[in-house]
Amino acid sequence: MSEDIYREMILDHYRNPRNKGKIEEPDVRIHDSNPLCGDEISIDLKVENDTIKDIKFDGRGCAISQASASMLTEMVSNKPLTTIKDITKNDILENIGLTTLGPARIKCALLSLKVLKIGMIKYYADKDPHSAEKLKEESKVF
Amino acid sequence: MQALLDVYKIRQDFPILNRCLTNGKKLVYLDNAATTQKPKQVIDAICKYYSEYNSNIHRAVYQIADEATEEYEKTRENIRKFINAKYSEEIIFTRNTTESLNLIAYSWGRNNIKKGDKILLTEYEHHSNIVPWQMLCNHQGAKINYIDIDYNGYLNIESFLNFLEDKGEYGETKLISLSHMSNVLGTIYPVKDIIKIAHEKDIPVVLDGAQSVPHLDTDVQDIDCDFLAFSAHKMLGPTGVGILYVKKEILECMPPFITGGDMIKEVHKEYTVFNDLPYRFEGGTPNIADVIGFNTAIEYLKDIGMGNVREHEKELVKYLYNSIKDIKDIKIYGPPDINNRGGLVSFNLDGIHPHDCATILNDFGVAIRSGHHCAQVLMEKLDIIASSRASVYIYNTKEEIDIFVDALNHVRRIFKV
Repeated sequence: MSEDIYREMILDHYRNPRNKGKIEEPDVRIHDSNPLCGDEISIDLKVENDTIKDIKFDGRGCAISQASASMLTEMVSNKPLTTIKDITKNDILENIGLTTLGPARIKCALLSLKVLKIGMIKYYADKDPHSAEKLKEESKVF
Repeated sequence: MQALLDVYKIRQDFPILNRCLTNGKKLVYLDNAATTQKPKQVIDAICKYYSEYNSNIHRAVYQIADEATEEYEKTRENIRKFINAKYSEEIIFTRNTTESLNLIAYSWGRNNIKKGDKILLTEYEHHSNIVPWQMLCNHQGAKINYIDIDYNGYLNIESFLNFLEDKGEYGETKLISLSHMSNVLGTIYPVKDIIKIAHEKDIPVVLDGAQSVPHLDTDVQDIDCDFLAFSAHKMLGPTGVGILYVKKEILECMPPFITGGDMIKEVHKEYTVFNDLPYRFEGGTPNIADVIGFNTAIEYLKDIGMGNVREHEKELVKYLYNSIKDIKDIKIYGPPDINNRGGLVSFNLDGIHPHDCATILNDFGVAIRSGHHCAQVLMEKLDIIASSRASVYIYNTKEEIDIFVDALNHVRRIFKV
């Protein structure tokens, strides 16, 4: 069972995280933690013409939370910022190959997506509070 | 060697220990510091209340209400004996340790802690013994100090004495609140000595007994604490029952916390006359069924004997400690001396997050706790974000510890460390 979870891909992203670190003068910096287990993720974004030009994450926590964040940064890099609103829970679970996580550990996998969605909303809220409100409804931040 | 208690006979009383998990493994329950399992006697007592004399207490005049009131009050008297309090009205029922501590902070705290006063805690406290005091201090304009601990989990007595002497920009320390046993380090603290020193300066002491009362013989008159908070569910009892002991002379001067039904003598449009102790502090219909169930749990522990509980746990935790201490890259927290350690061991395997460790142990049926254990101030001190914790109780065996240790080695194999 656990062998299915802790496959080579997860352990690889956990030990060699992609896009890990901080961006100097980011357009958005968002931090959140998982109160149940203390996983922490912060994400920095550099946005140009509504496209994610650079993304870095920083944090500490379990293999699932950190590997999931690492894979998420690869997934959205160089994509339009608004694509974030359409990313679902299942997209993440399929992306990391863990569709059968229990209710406790699923929060670890989804923390980085939550941070990223809040980051996108914050970016637009700074520019246009009205459109951010609409975005917030559409992006289903859990 | 003569067995301290008949663990195999005890295990027969706990239906859950026979449970097979979905993967066919037997449950190896090592999360007793979070909550303990319940013997069938306790489950039956709750069932009996609901099937035979379910009714509200203290008011109605018919037979089954009398029976319920009698059983409910019998628990109070049994708790008094169990912790050797002087009077049964010193025992108040709450929902849990957290509510007991909140009751002190709101009722005693708001009437005794003034602007500029200080409250003294320790660095190893559970959040439930930090947050209520932070709320109180924010409200009153008071300040919290934390007694240092060292890397083996022992209190820095010099730091304690310094805080007592320190008048600084703030005033004097007006209250000390500390746990008898750390839920992470397992350290059993010399609270009797601390209370003696505090009392020489007329400072009252709150004891958080959530981790100690279930495992150690407790005598409040001997320890001389002014307040003691603990929970039924960590000592074979049901969830939803907390206990607060307060010395009578202090309790008499405290205003009610939760107000409404049952805690009054008379209510008029303009004023209310509060009920006598301890009912003044038990507003609303209490958790009757579970209080009654708790009485059976106390009886069960008394039959075994708290001395035997402690000796059994000591033997198990020594075995546990020695079984894992030589694992490569393991870091064990808390005191190495088993005499100063309760029935738990917290640890980290280098490079493996505790949640990943606990998830893999679950494959073996082994239930341990991973996380910050509601002790983030301590986590900061230890410079970690989380740890794994295995904690034992009366029904655990050395065979179960062996399963746990095998599973731990499997964790290392999966992570290839």
